Amino acid sequence: MSEIIKTEQLTFSYPPDEGKEPVQALHGIDLTIAQGAFVAVLGHNGSGKSTLAKHMNAVLLPGGGKVWVSGMDTSDEALLLEIRRRVGMVFQNPDNQIVANVVEEDVAFGPENLGVPTDEIQRRVAAALKAVGMEEFTLHAPHHLSGGQKQRIAIAGVIAMEPACIVMDESTAMLDPCGRREVLDTVKRLNREKGITIVLITHHMDEAAMADRVVVMDSGNVVMDGPPREILVRTEELHAIGLAAPHTVELLHGLREDGFDVPLDALGIQECAEAIARAL
Amino acid sequence: MLKDITLGQYFPGSSLAHRLDPRTKLMLTVLYIVILFCATSFVSYGLVAALLAVGVKVSGVAPKALVRGLKPILFIICFTAVLNLFYTPGDELASFWIFTITRQGVATAFFMVLRITMLIMGTFLLTYTTSPIALTDGLESLLGPLKKLKVPVHELAMIMSIALRFIPTLIEETDKIMSAQKARGADFESGSLLDRARALVPVLVPLFISAFRRADELAVAMECRCYHGGQGRTKLHVLRYQARDYLVLLAYAAVLAAVLVLGRFGL
Repeated sequence: MSEIIKTEQLTFSYPPDEGKEPVQALHGIDLTIAQGAFVAVLGHNGSGKSTLAKHMNAVLLPGGGKVWVSGMDTSDEALLLEIRRRVGMVFQNPDNQIVANVVEEDVAFGPENLGVPTDEIQRRVAAALKAVGMEEFTLHAPHHLSGGQKQRIAIAGVIAMEPACIVMDESTAMLDPCGRREVLDTVKRLNREKGITIVLITHHMDEAAMADRVVVMDSGNVVMDGPPREILVRTEELHAIGLAAPHTVELLHGLREDGFDVPLDALGIQECAEAIARAL
Repeated sequence: MLKDITLGQYFPGSSLAHRLDPRTKLMLTVLYIVILFCATSFVSYGLVAALLAVGVKVSGVAPKALVRGLKPILFIICFTAVLNLFYTPGDELASFWIFTITRQGVATAFFMVLRITMLIMGTFLLTYTTSPIALTDGLESLLGPLKKLKVPVHELAMIMSIALRFIPTLIEETDKIMSAQKARGADFESGSLLDRARALVPVLVPLFISAFRRADELAVAMECRCYHGGQGRTKLHVLRYQARDYLVLLAYAAVLAAVLVLGRFGL
């Protein structure tokens, strides 16, 4: 599999407040994300996960080191549009990323900027809205939609640019459980059916459990990297950096401490229930 | 209370009024205003009212929504009415203390109120039936020739459409902040005008800060979606005049001509 995003010794510091030392947000990150992968980046607030995400489509440029998107150096200004077309970004607050007053116009915003011909834009808008299951809302006003629906519109807006990768920068943080499920189901489907790479920045463990690969960050470093079944069961290590393991794992962990013979890596609720039933 | 402000609100639909080219509708609105200001008599006002009524009927917009839109400017309407009522010289009808009401005053006040009301309703009809993006597309296209004079037409259109897009969001936010302040004992409804204005400061400050934060996030989101100014931009919907556009324009021009002719005969 080819790689879509690659960082090499990536460092970054935010400009300091007056009279203060600059805070280094990233300390030499080496990360490679394969085309078609579903990667969750976990970390508590201030761990640098959002900063890392913003490097993936050149919203932020590396302070040191390099970031490549499909082999294109993000610090090369001539490649900026192509990089942003390939790696779309969905942000946390749905209200602050919707540009237009009608759903279809908002979805068309990206392709319009790219100079795509009119009939092709119309085709893409219809396809993108269908892909997120919002085709019946084509002519609706976005501010009348629910949070989850708004985020799906934002995803459609990104898909209409036909990207290879979508970075979800805590896009589910402001949603209710229902909205979160809608959005997550949508990205999971896009990943599976269209082979779009998904980078899911989150602090929800159960979201991370859906991914093929989990990258855990703490104070600007990658501290763990691997499949969810290996990472999310390391309860003590997760606790040490201010994260909780998924509820299922926490439960199994507790049972194990009480002397029950249960596996730790039953992440799904169904799976967890079956594991407990077997142990009983 | 803030929910009453319907300015810049668009009601999606597919009526004839919705399907007209936004450029046509902009021109119609200008024509309508011209007609309104040319009207001087009951007959010509009747014509304009008929035009407005047809417009409302065709657009399928609930007349209630139009009336609701008048609320915020009720004060201006009353103010104009009172001013005209008392300060127009002419044949005296009634008088007390320093005020005199004249026949001309009554007529002027009546027509003024009518004019402002119909002006607002007519322009609301435009914003109710035209999506802000279509509206700005129309403006951008109509003002296109000014680009040659280095007027940043695209940028202005973009600013306008974003401002319109954020009106409902900011209204919602204002409501939220006001509720939060009320929960902590803020009082917006009693006291002198000055007191009430002062009570709004703790609403406006957070509102402004949040608006700036939103602007910042929106700018990043737009850049992420490859926005780089008007250069090389294409459109989802390309504006094209249809036969209906010419017909409606012609109809408005006919009404204007009628009003002018009527004015000639002093009607």
